[in-house]
Amino acid sequence: MKPTTIITAPERIPLRRFLIASTAAITLALQSSPSLAGEAYPTAKVNTTGLAVTDDTVTVGQLHSATGTMAISETGSIQAEQLAIDQINASGGVLGRKIKVIVEDGASDWPTFAEKAKKLLVNDKVASVFGCWTSASRKAVLPVFEKENGMLYYPTFYEGLEQSKNVIYTGQEATQQILAGLDWIAKEKKAKSFYLIGSDYIWPRTSSKIARKHIENVLKGTVVGEEYYALGHTQFGSLINKIKLKKPDVIYAIIVGGSNVSFYKQLKAAGITSDKWTVLTISVTEDEVLGIGGENLAGFYSSMKYFQSLDNPNNKAFVEAFKSKYGAKSVIGDVTQAGYLGPWLWKLAVEKAGSFDIDKIAAASPGIEFTQAPEGYVKVHPNHHLWSKLRIGQWGVEGQAKVLYESGLIEPDPFPKGYQ
Amino acid sequence: MKAIYNRLFGGTTGVVQLGILAAILMIVLPLSLDIFRLNLVGKYLTYAFVALGLVLLWGKAGVLSLGQGVFFGLGGYCMAMFLKLEASDPISTKIQSTPGIPDFMDWNQITQLPAFWMPFKSLPFTLLAVVVVPSIVAFVLGVAMFKRRVGGVYFAIITQALALILSLAIDGNQGYTGGRNGITDLRTLLGWDIRSSHAQYLLYFTTCGLLVLAIVLSQWMLSGKLGKMLLAMRDREDRVRFSGYDVSMFKVFTFCFAAALSGVGGALFVLQVGFISPSLVGIVPSIEMVIFAAVGGRVSLLGAVYGTLLVNTGKSLFSENFPQLWLFAMGGLFIAVVVLFPNGLAGVVELIRKKVSPFLKNLRTSSTLPTSGSTPLPSPDKP
Repeated sequence: MKPTTIITAPERIPLRRFLIASTAAITLALQSSPSLAGEAYPTAKVNTTGLAVTDDTVTVGQLHSATGTMAISETGSIQAEQLAIDQINASGGVLGRKIKVIVEDGASDWPTFAEKAKKLLVNDKVASVFGCWTSASRKAVLPVFEKENGMLYYPTFYEGLEQSKNVIYTGQEATQQILAGLDWIAKEKKAKSFYLIGSDYIWPRTSSKIARKHIENVLKGTVVGEEYYALGHTQFGSLINKIKLKKPDVIYAIIVGGSNVSFYKQLKAAGITSDKWTVLTISVTEDEVLGIGGENLAGFYSSMKYFQSLDNPNNKAFVEAFKSKYGAKSVIGDVTQAGYLGPWLWKLAVEKAGSFDIDKIAAASPGIEFTQAPEGYVKVHPNHHLWSKLRIGQWGVEGQAKVLYESGLIEPDPFPKGYQ
Repeated sequence: MKAIYNRLFGGTTGVVQLGILAAILMIVLPLSLDIFRLNLVGKYLTYAFVALGLVLLWGKAGVLSLGQGVFFGLGGYCMAMFLKLEASDPISTKIQSTPGIPDFMDWNQITQLPAFWMPFKSLPFTLLAVVVVPSIVAFVLGVAMFKRRVGGVYFAIITQALALILSLAIDGNQGYTGGRNGITDLRTLLGWDIRSSHAQYLLYFTTCGLLVLAIVLSQWMLSGKLGKMLLAMRDREDRVRFSGYDVSMFKVFTFCFAAALSGVGGALFVLQVGFISPSLVGIVPSIEMVIFAAVGGRVSLLGAVYGTLLVNTGKSLFSENFPQLWLFAMGGLFIAVVVLFPNGLAGVVELIRKKVSPFLKNLRTSSTLPTSGSTPLPSPDKP
């Protein structure tokens, strides 16, 4: 205020005094502009627990597998999280602070994940961590996050049966991904008999359990076969013979990783194609299709909350930004999009809480709505999972899905009654 | 008395070297590192137990096992089962459909604790099992292989198959073993919170103490008849056999001893890291552990400990600073060690001593000319 009065009446003030006064005014202005955030949100007030927050930066961690067998799956999440952080920084940061990232490599090895999580929380005092992909890596770091009171944004769709103050699950838990999809296929294809196939670990097993209960108790159908194969298994010949014998209406596949490629190629070679058979999977996203090849999947269905082909303005902007940063050939799968939600949901939680303190953002998270989400709209539930929709996509030869069905918003229910 | 002392420590040189290692581990590191880094060192040291076993088995007896991760894992799983049962009391698991059993069992519709889990409610049984279970597996495999005179590459392949079988068996029975996720979220040992920094200091020193004990025990074994037998077998097995010795049982014993050491390492790993999973049992960790021993020098007990520390510290630091490139750096380190120093770190130290000690000797003799006959410095060639 004062400087303006001085400057509006320059003719009455000698030059020397004018110069001194205006220099003082400029200095004042220079001092006040960077501390704008500092004044509204002084560091001492927004960070009472010693996190890595300064007057103009806040440090977060990113913990995925950049190397090892999981790197191929986790790269998409790494990229999407970095894109979100860049966008947040470009739009002014969080509480006026730019986000700095410390990247750690979990190396597809669970003890390494635990070690790096501890390093990020104890040594680097990061305000939040975006990371993990497999259930095993999340299980390995969970005790660390609970003990050291950190905050993890976990992007993968997973089996549920978990809920923690220190984790926000931005992917779907099993019932969100499974039930509506089964309802749709039962109605659309008049399906009564199902063949469940999965990789042998907790997510496919839990998902099959939920699917079986829903098929038997709600849809009044039958499960004609349920089988599991070790991760990395590549010989599906005998399974395909059994499928041909049982002739299920729907083949429900939860095969992950490299096994996917041999599974779908062998299905096609054995004549199990979409003209006579229905295959519904919850484990194939655009990323997997890149490896499997669209021609081996053409006409099969995936049930996911997100497909790259979603037609809405948020998603168009997201896909364009992603491709301009990572190349026109890059594809975006369900987990990549969920990874993108992490930094944004964290920013919203911090702003709602007016603080970086973990306890405060954990408490502030429920009820947060993110309307700019590429998947359309999400809202954080008190159980730290997201309200989200389910979509059924049908794969085309070019590797993109045509969205045939979209459910309403589904409430997350990590401990589903009647499905355990 | 003197004889026992020499056998346990390998003479004055041995005492000095062991003393240096103990001082580094128990004084220098705790004073210079924060608890997070010290806990990491503690984790590395648990691998050193496996590397010690490999020195005996591979360096001394000439039997290369690519499945030592199995025994590390068995020891670890025994410990983890005890801790998991303690963590699964009915109150903290009341959200489950069957309270009082480990959470992963509940997720797999198991409603009763399986019989083979029952004994692991007892700590003394668990501690015994940590040593005995790996030994029994090693004994059965050892007798089956060595009695039939299977050795060399074939033995290595079979141990590798064992590693694969065990990790698949754990993976495939997730209701009983926790599957791929392993046994996680271990919190307390007899009500004592193993995650607190106080506990981590104590566990670190326990690990160091046990490691020094293991070195002394190994040293004692090697300095006796067994050590000489092993060396003789490594160099000319037939002659030893023709002299009337049962070669196979010496190998079986060494294999069992190495397995028991690995089991102890596994149990200490679980206590310090707080979980175990099949990824620590399989082929990759088993081969990594051979690399630790190779980098340290496969014939030197202390070398194996230093090798383990060096490789793992490198792994942590490289991966923290170059998340995208660190594996190349590690690969480069291994190639450099194998090509330039085939006897590992211990070989380098030996080389330096050979170069330096005559020089020192000269220095000493030139300064005290009359008493050139008595050299206080031990010659490296002395047994």
